[in-house]
Amino acid sequence: MAEVRLDAVSKHFGTGEAAVTAIAEMSLTIGDGELVILLGPTGAGKTTTLRLIAGLEKPDAGRVSIGGRDVTGVNPAERDVAFVFQQYSLYPHLSVYDNLAFPLRSPARRVPEAEIRRKVGEVARLLRIEDKLNNRATHLSGGQMQRVAIGRALVRRPAIYLMDEPLSSLDAKLRSDLRLELKRIQQELGATILYVTHDQIEAMTMGSRIGVIDRGRLVQVGTPREIYENPVDLHVAQRLGQPGINLVPRALLPEVPAPPGAHTIGARTEHVRIARAGHADGVGLVRWIERLGDQNHLHVTLRGQDLVTLGEPDSDLSVGDRVGVEFLRPLYFDAAGRRIAAGA
Amino acid sequence: MPGLSTAHSVVEPSALSKRIAQGIVILYALLTMIPLAWILLTGFKTPPDSISYPPKLVFQPSLEGYCNLFTTRSRQTPEYIAGLPPAEGMCDEIARSRNMVVAGPSKFVPRFVNSLVIAFTSTLLAVGLGTLAAYGFSRFRVPLADDLLFFILSTRMMPPIAVAIPIYLMYRELGLSDTKLGMILLYTAVNVSLAVWLLKGFIDEIPREYEEAAMIDGYTRLQAFRKVVLPQAATGIAATAIFCLIFAWNEYAFAVLLTSGEAQTTPPFIPFIIGEGGQDWPAVAAATTLFVIPIFVFTILLRKHLLRGITFGAVRK
Ligand SMILES: Nc1ncnc2c1ncn2[C@@H]1O[C@H](COP(=O)(O)OP(=O)(O)OP(=O)(O)O)[C@@H](O)[C@H]1O
Ligand SMILES: [Mg+2]
Repeated sequence: MAEVRLDAVSKHFGTGEAAVTAIAEMSLTIGDGELVILLGPTGAGKTTTLRLIAGLEKPDAGRVSIGGRDVTGVNPAERDVAFVFQQYSLYPHLSVYDNLAFPLRSPARRVPEAEIRRKVGEVARLLRIEDKLNNRATHLSGGQMQRVAIGRALVRRPAIYLMDEPLSSLDAKLRSDLRLELKRIQQELGATILYVTHDQIEAMTMGSRIGVIDRGRLVQVGTPREIYENPVDLHVAQRLGQPGINLVPRALLPEVPAPPGAHTIGARTEHVRIARAGHADGVGLVRWIERLGDQNHLHVTLRGQDLVTLGEPDSDLSVGDRVGVEFLRPLYFDAAGRRIAAGA
Repeated sequence: MPGLSTAHSVVEPSALSKRIAQGIVILYALLTMIPLAWILLTGFKTPPDSISYPPKLVFQPSLEGYCNLFTTRSRQTPEYIAGLPPAEGMCDEIARSRNMVVAGPSKFVPRFVNSLVIAFTSTLLAVGLGTLAAYGFSRFRVPLADDLLFFILSTRMMPPIAVAIPIYLMYRELGLSDTKLGMILLYTAVNVSLAVWLLKGFIDEIPREYEEAAMIDGYTRLQAFRKVVLPQAATGIAATAIFCLIFAWNEYAFAVLLTSGEAQTTPPFIPFIIGEGGQDWPAVAAATTLFVIPIFVFTILLRKHLLRGITFGAVRK
């Protein structure tokens, strides 16, 4: 396991009119034994970042180093990384067992067969695919394929695991099991992992840090808590939170003491409180109540703007009620979407 | 919704339509096999039976055709033959019944061996070079790739025999006339363009992710090519090899022009059989029957690869 650094790495695809900047001057350090989450919308450059670290793409500018060694010009095979592809890309002509054994059988490693058998068995048990070992890789369900792909990475102890949405096609139960399992493995082995996901819970619970990426730029890096509570801009604020953060034009809420220049006010669902009329920042109409069991999502219309807030499951509100709405710890954003400090 | 009625492609065809389809296929197969069957039968007729009219479907089988194919004979007077020691072997006996004696082995076996060596070696070379070139075109940014591919294909745009005279003169200068090496090079050159195009199609279909995964798993590009690309291209390679072999095996025009002795292949040899001692159709039919066997065996051997089909579905598209 090792520290992995990106130094001002840039990557473009295509030329002339069709040129795309996939990664722009990205600098990121993944500490030894750290699990960093990469979060971003589709096309943001997440996969490209992993491919640059793996050596499948050569950066146009900048440096990649693994364990202090500059590997910018080094072949993938010599970088000692493991990659779980977004497309699971199992070798279709091999059995599940041979797929898992494939990295260990590489001419560079030459692990003895007995050792391979032991490791493959161990990983198969972990991922609950022991009974599939003799199947052709193509004769599996999507979720099973994805587990084999994860297994092919886990049989090795590389400098870094690169995982591109590895749990995306699993059902909720298996996904949460494997999430915990991966986290446990990571802590036990002290594995360094760079992990791409769209999944809110994975992002919040698995990583020690989250890097939010948008249009090839690393917009913010921080602990899940920092990213959630202190987003640097609207884009980051919208990436986390389920349901998403409430965004209200400043002009609709003249009562809120916003700093000058504020254009949009953001409030997480748990920070929008139903209050007594006198205390409120505005009065809204309850339009719809989603009862989720442990909590309710209250959809409130405030001066034509829809807001979602959390309600107690036993609250006696009903659709059509008029309620006061209060914003706790609102976030302010300027016209360009950048965050501005409160109470300035 | 009309757009959703795709189910017919999944449903098993009805028993009746299966029967009809089978019937058509069998009928067609029988039709195409009539000439082959005719040749097979003719090989076992005597020369008089082979030209009798109306044609005989029931006849006394004889190995005279095969004997004539493998031997050369000379005509002798009955008195001379009567004075010889008893015939050794069946072919000698048949020859004597026609007032001939076996003079020695014919050139059929060496010509057949020439065909085998030239066709299989050139196929191996064409498919080998074609696979590597196709992989290169498929995976690397080759400058002017499209123009190069067009150029490669353009070598097939006129009938190869159109360049027969230049090639004939060139070969004479280079000392390649009537050599196996010359024929191997020629057939390889003709086949390699077909091989590149066919195989590029097959290799383009193999997602790069497989090689990328292998390279990350610790394999060099060449090792990844061998372990991951080749097994998956097996279907395409087998199909291409069959095409190349059929061309090289059957090629007639260049073989007539460029070979006459040492390196002569079977196709130009077969007409010679007719010339020797009357119209010996059973010998021609015997040669043709034997000539079909290698291609037949080769295709059967590769059938497994041809039918295995291309694997879909391990990469989520
Ligand atoms: N080989 C390529 N050639 C040209 N453009 C590419 C190539 N690979 C990626 N891109 C472009 O680079 C940008 C980043 O792509 P990337 O695959 O890294 O996105 P992503 O964040 O992984 O998205 P997703 O969440 O959909 O997987 C996209 O605009 C994409 O179109
Ligand atoms: Mg991606």
